[in-house]
Amino acid sequence: MSTFIQQLINGITLGSVYALISLGYTMVYGIIKLINFAHGDIFMVGAYIAYLSVTYLKLGLIPSLIVSMGFCSILGMLIEKFAYKPLRNSPRISALITAIGVSLLLENLMQIIMGADSRVFPRLVAEKNYHLFQGRIVVNNKQIYLLIITVLLMIILNFVVKKTKIGKAMRAVSQDMDAARLMGINVDTTISYTFAIGSALAAAAGVLVGLYYNTINPLMGVLPGLKAFIAAVFGGIGIIPGAMLGGFSLGIIETLVSGYGSSMYKDAVAFALLILILIIKPSGLLGKNIKEKV
Amino acid sequence: MKKRLLVYSAFIIVLYLIITLLMKIGIIDDYIKLNLFLIMLNIILAVSLNLINGITGQFSLGHAGFMAIGAYTTAVLTTLEKPVPFYLTVLIGGLFAMICGLIIGLPVLRLRGDYLAIATLGFGEIIRVIIQNIDYLGGASGISDIPQGIDWTGYFVITVLSVVVILNIINSSFGRAMIAIREDEIAAEAMGINTTLYKVLAFMIGAFFAGVAGSIYSGSFGFIQPDMFNFFKSIDILVIVVLGGLGSISGSIISAIVLTIISALLQDYPAVRMVLYSLILIIIMLFRPQGLMGTKEIRLSKLIPIGGEKNA
Repeated sequence: MSTFIQQLINGITLGSVYALISLGYTMVYGIIKLINFAHGDIFMVGAYIAYLSVTYLKLGLIPSLIVSMGFCSILGMLIEKFAYKPLRNSPRISALITAIGVSLLLENLMQIIMGADSRVFPRLVAEKNYHLFQGRIVVNNKQIYLLIITVLLMIILNFVVKKTKIGKAMRAVSQDMDAARLMGINVDTTISYTFAIGSALAAAAGVLVGLYYNTINPLMGVLPGLKAFIAAVFGGIGIIPGAMLGGFSLGIIETLVSGYGSSMYKDAVAFALLILILIIKPSGLLGKNIKEKV
Repeated sequence: MKKRLLVYSAFIIVLYLIITLLMKIGIIDDYIKLNLFLIMLNIILAVSLNLINGITGQFSLGHAGFMAIGAYTTAVLTTLEKPVPFYLTVLIGGLFAMICGLIIGLPVLRLRGDYLAIATLGFGEIIRVIIQNIDYLGGASGISDIPQGIDWTGYFVITVLSVVVILNIINSSFGRAMIAIREDEIAAEAMGINTTLYKVLAFMIGAFFAGVAGSIYSGSFGFIQPDMFNFFKSIDILVIVVLGGLGSISGSIISAIVLTIISALLQDYPAVRMVLYSLILIIIMLFRPQGLMGTKEIRLSKLIPIGGEKNA
């Protein structure tokens, strides 16, 4: 039982990272129906920006988190402007191929700039383990930081989407882009903001992963990116609570698989989960079925 | 029609003889020969992926998985105590990949567009993870010392055969049905085309040739490991297909040749190569989404003036 709870805690930690990344996926997909393949690499860039600002500017955890989120939201907006916007009326496959291209570009530019090897992420917080229930369950203070920051960001996002003008515009555009335009919403700006917010969340996830695992490398975004997408589909892509649900579920499932089965199979299980959900309930756990228009 | 066949056969034989001659007199050394092999491998892979992605319009990102199946089949069967003849293993590898294509294709091909892309990507990765976890297959370190079973002639014959078979499929009624599905799936279904059948068929045939390419890869390079067949390998093949033109077989062949030469020149700088590849993908999609050739084909018979070709 105590191992189960321990795995659950580790799973929630991992899941919060997935949830943060998949929020960006789901927001972008909800608005322009594009699987932003480069999203996982923005996560990686976020980790590197934090690494640089900690190493060279000697910033602490929160300032470097903010710097990295700011940088990545600009990066996200630039990518949208130069790579995705010209393709808004092209077939979705063209946009997907471009997104794959952007993803490869970020990965390999980072390899050229920073080298292909892994780097040690500086220790920003002194490590401390809390032993609960006579030491049978160990909770790391980094896990607590991770969860607190994640939940805080989610609350802020929820506020932005529900209460602010830009959030209202985002919801309107994702409902019906043309109708929103007719109602006087600037669709291009709204899409830009969506990319900015999504990328900032991915950057935050990148910093937290760097903090948690102490190591970063240019390809670190590939697998988490794909898994966050799986999480978004799992919960119902385009639905913000779905992304959170999917992220936490996937994190927990993965740690349980590596805890009780083999850690080698955890990636395969994630993909199998994706295929299963696509076949059984393509709209995801929280999604409603919508017939494809002819 | 017969004349056209004659021209093509003559061209292929002359090409074969010239390259063989160049090898005999040593102008083509081992290094160039190696790249020649890679070019032919990429031709098979790109042409077979183009049948799925370009002709049938079903976006697949798991081609490397099928290649892995072929590669491992050959590696296992030729290193047994009583080794199976190499060319038989190529056939078995291809068929095995084809069966996997059927198993994967049936459920997955109900999905469309980008969901299909992600699902096939997932299957490609699942195949790789499973191979990696089977100790008999060497785990992550792979299989080495696979006996060399194929030479230049074998390579050439298999490549030509693959291209000819796929071209014939495209020009048959099967191919027409596949193109109809690409153009408009719902309309094709309304016209009485069994879309599931043709989509799965295209997927299986593509998988077969990817398996064949994997088999000859193990039979010529002698060493394989699961990481060679990861997601990035699938992207490599995709870049070739997209550059050449989704739907153009001659485009795939030309871009396989060009990109293999480019990547051979850049082999000391893998990151630069990938930056180039990613820029190719982005720029092509922004300025010429149909690829360099679009769906057009270069016809040899049009390049060589011969009488009686106008109606061909």
